[in-house]
Amino acid sequence: MSAPATAWRSTLAQTGMELRLTARRGENVLVIIVLPVVVLLFFASTSIVPVTAGRPVDFLLPGVLALAVISTSLVNLGIATAYERYYGVLKLLGGSPLPRAGLIGAKMLAVLVVEIVQFAVLFAVALAFLGWRPPAGSGTALVVVGLLLGTLAFAGIGLAMAGSLRAEATLAGANGLFLALLLLGGIVVPLDQLPAAVAAVARLLPASALSDLLRIALGSSAGDFTPPLVLLAVWAIGASALAILTFRWE
Amino acid sequence: MTDPAIVVDDLTKRYGARPVVDGLTFSVSRGEVFTLLGPNGAGKTTTVEIVEGYRTADGGSVRVLGTDPGTGGRNLKARVGLMLQGGGGIYPQARPDEILRLYANFHAGGRGPQKLIDLVGLRTSARTPYRRLSGGEKQRLALAVALVGDPEVLILDEPTAGMDPEGRAATRTLIAELRGTGVAILLTTHDLADVERLADHVALIDHGRLVAAGSPDELASSASPRLRFRLPHPLEVADREELSGTLLDGAPGSLTDEGGGRYRLDGVTAEPDVLARLARWSAERGLLIAELTTGRGSLEERYLELVAGAEGEPGAPRGEADA
Repeated sequence: MSAPATAWRSTLAQTGMELRLTARRGENVLVIIVLPVVVLLFFASTSIVPVTAGRPVDFLLPGVLALAVISTSLVNLGIATAYERYYGVLKLLGGSPLPRAGLIGAKMLAVLVVEIVQFAVLFAVALAFLGWRPPAGSGTALVVVGLLLGTLAFAGIGLAMAGSLRAEATLAGANGLFLALLLLGGIVVPLDQLPAAVAAVARLLPASALSDLLRIALGSSAGDFTPPLVLLAVWAIGASALAILTFRWE
Repeated sequence: MTDPAIVVDDLTKRYGARPVVDGLTFSVSRGEVFTLLGPNGAGKTTTVEIVEGYRTADGGSVRVLGTDPGTGGRNLKARVGLMLQGGGGIYPQARPDEILRLYANFHAGGRGPQKLIDLVGLRTSARTPYRRLSGGEKQRLALAVALVGDPEVLILDEPTAGMDPEGRAATRTLIAELRGTGVAILLTTHDLADVERLADHVALIDHGRLVAAGSPDELASSASPRLRFRLPHPLEVADREELSGTLLDGAPGSLTDEGGGRYRLDGVTAEPDVLARLARWSAERGLLIAELTTGRGSLEERYLELVAGAEGEPGAPRGEADA
């Protein structure tokens, strides 16, 4: 009699598939690796960004790390999942012994693996080409917490779109959000450079919370990490709940 | 283990107020190919999707291997292989060998990818991304995916649609072999050749209701015997109308021109007195009847009779129920 494999084996196999497909799609590699590296190198080597204190890279690197999280967990995950829903991939997987939790787990694991690669590449570029040095007492634990909460927040937004909108709408929406968060999320432009009314709203965005938190964690900004941490946690819980409540598999 | 593998009892499903499946009852045994036949929008896909556990019934009950498919979970899913309409549900960028390896990892035992690729005849395209496969190859890959777990129950939604004749024949042979190993197979089709060559039992459904059921032979032989004949040359319109009136003798029906002097009488069975009237009419005009058959109808004729017959019944308009 046929029996299901262990949930672990199924989930790991699915994670491998997700990673292989991500690496195979050129547009994914562009948005998750090439784009953040280009943004980091370009803005760090020009004086477009008005940085009041320290070197541009100290401000930019945490922002671009946040951008990397957005590109993987919102843009890439959201668009890929939307098309999987459209093509019936999620439906066929739903009829297999892979548990739904296993499918979601595999997607989150794959996102985390990609983000670790992104962080490694971005840190390496900053170290090798931009003269960035990890400041004494930078909080590795805080970086990890930021990465996890940010992933939950942006994956929640991406999956909420993928699970309720048409694939084309998710494609357009995710790319639009990417651009909006790049400009308004405190990633390359400090929020105090924005018009006051815009800045007031931008401060509440999960992108601002994540880039602020990473700036504190990496020592490029002094201050209390509690406000951005709490804001990011609220986004993480809210967006995940929204995705769980609205997601339709077909 | 002698219980039927699939039992559907008085199944009802509505979309809004419109009944899509309306009191359907059937069962599928192990080692049997059961075919749901019907026009587009008849409720075939909705029915199999309830059996597959994708949708919930509004009324009646469904049991697959003794379990409710909606709550059967992984243990049931491991024992049921399924194929979506159009061979869909596979990553466009993935290759057949990868997809089969992935699904093999969802099962404790299961068939190896290489064996399955050979079984469905995909060896030359085993490393071609799904999106570049032909329609028939996509269907065959989807069938291979359904077979990964060595299923006891196989549910196939239009498995031969979009295949070339060779692919269709190979697929029918494969399905027949699986039946031989004791798999219970439920398939939908609107291809009558599938039914004639594969099915042990066929249920003809229209507007979600069972219209006829039985073996393909039983269904075909329940068609009324028809009169067909060929005259030396096609008739003028006036003559044909006269002949039609003579043969029908007031009964509702029609004389259909099948071309080349061939005619088919619909609506009236080929009783001896009908034949006598035809013989007298042609004798009066000195016309030789070149061919004459009163054979019992084919499955196709019966199908058209039943589906057309159900058309006028009260019921919801046909819609996109199979979407």
